[in-house]
Amino acid sequence: METLLNDFSPGLFAVQTVLLLLLIFLMVKFAWKPIISSLTEREEGIQGALDAAEKARREMANLQADNQKLLQEARLERETMIKEARELKTKMIAEAEAEAQVQANKMIIQAQAAIESEKKAAMAELKSQVAGLSLEIAEKVVRKELSNKDKQLELVESMLGEATLN
Amino acid sequence: MRIFQQSFKFLALTVLVFLSTTIYAQSSHEDGGQIDTREEVDAYISHHLQDSHDFTFFSYTSDEGERKHAGFPLPMILWSSDGLVTFMSSEFHHNDDGHVIVEKNGLKFAKIHSKIYELEAGATAVNFDAEHHATNGARVLDFSITKSVVGILVIGLLMFFWFVRLAKQYKTKKIPTGFGRVLEPLVLYVRDEIARPNIGEKHYRKFTGYLLTVFFFIWLLNMVGLTPLGFNVTGQIAVTACLAIFTLIIYAVSGNKDFWMHILWMPGVPILIRPILAVIELVGTFIIKPFSLLVRLFANITAGHTVIMALIAIMFVMKDTLGVAGATGLSFILSVLIMFIEVLVAFLQAYIFTMLSALFIGMAVAEHDHEHDHKVVDAEDVRSDFV
Repeated sequence: METLLNDFSPGLFAVQTVLLLLLIFLMVKFAWKPIISSLTEREEGIQGALDAAEKARREMANLQADNQKLLQEARLERETMIKEARELKTKMIAEAEAEAQVQANKMIIQAQAAIESEKKAAMAELKSQVAGLSLEIAEKVVRKELSNKDKQLELVESMLGEATLN
Repeated sequence: MRIFQQSFKFLALTVLVFLSTTIYAQSSHEDGGQIDTREEVDAYISHHLQDSHDFTFFSYTSDEGERKHAGFPLPMILWSSDGLVTFMSSEFHHNDDGHVIVEKNGLKFAKIHSKIYELEAGATAVNFDAEHHATNGARVLDFSITKSVVGILVIGLLMFFWFVRLAKQYKTKKIPTGFGRVLEPLVLYVRDEIARPNIGEKHYRKFTGYLLTVFFFIWLLNMVGLTPLGFNVTGQIAVTACLAIFTLIIYAVSGNKDFWMHILWMPGVPILIRPILAVIELVGTFIIKPFSLLVRLFANITAGHTVIMALIAIMFVMKDTLGVAGATGLSFILSVLIMFIEVLVAFLQAYIFTMLSALFIGMAVAEHDHEHDHKVVDAEDVRSDFV
């Protein structure tokens, strides 16, 4: 202990105190403060960049998911649309067919009716013509036949004969 | 617990070093010529461990038998009984045992083992007692630019130059280049591994500057101590004491209410024990903590220098028993191995000093949660907490 105290130099202690104080002051002011603040700034910058990258990544993922969803939705919509269109098509075809059928039937019926009425008209015409013709012929024949008495008698006879047979 | 163990180990080592110092301090040996015997080696080592007033690179004996010293003198600044006295150390002609008397301002000065004595009026030579202590002189306050002061100045300037350059680099680029790339991780290491965990996230910023300065100061001075320039700055008890006292002042000044409360009036302890605890805590805070800091650094560096020089001295001391080649080889291998350890110790001691300073500061500024404080703790409660 005595040697320890003996070796202790108060002068060196004083000089060291002054120099150390000076060194601490100068280093803190000109070196440590700017260094530490730059390091902190850099660390914060790096942290900020990492955070931003992470955020961007997450946004990208969100966007991709959204895109996927949109695509999925669009696909679904397309499919429903196609389906609907197909249904509509079949429905329209069926409807058109039915309509056509109905129309056709109607036309056929009309045609038949027209044919019938035409037929009837034609028959009536025919009948009336035939009747007219027969009357004419009959007139002519009668006229001719009745020009002589005998023949009139003869006809009456034959007609009477026929009438009894009936 | 580990810290206490360590302190004890270092204390034991210190005692050993002191014991050996007292043995070789008795042998008065003039620094000159060949060093062959054990006593001469001891005297040489003790001479080196002390501060020096000259900057000597090497010494040799010329063909005429004259002792030559290559180096340069340093200014002496003394506070004597008659005020400030200054002269160059060359006036002592490298004498270190009080035989050369320098007369300035009518006062006589002698240098004995790197300490300056002012002789009593009328005395013309130093008188020694049986234990080789000067009897007719008193030590003066010695503010000289000694070799240690030169070391401090050089390292201080070097640190300032390096780190200001690093600070300037950040103005133009985000990542430093060149030597700054080496320094930056060290700064980050001190900040993130020493200051932040020991002081706490909230307060560490305020103390990082001091811790960084002390860390690089001690480390670089430890490293130059290992070079052949022969600095022994961190092995000067005045330097380590100054560093320890700085730490003491910082943690005493920045200690919060909780810290002082736990020292002076320990909560949760019976009233009668509190004054006794206060005494123990005061001694621990103001004497043991700084003393452990200053002795640990001083003892480690002194021990390192002593061991290296002792191993180098094997070359001369064991020349007769092992032969020139054997003694040189043994000395070389051992001193190289020890040198590796010393490089590690240089870093380790800087780290430990800084780390413990941070720890002590952290204890002073720590904020306790008040829930467990200020109520008398029942022994049963404590036991039930543990069970």
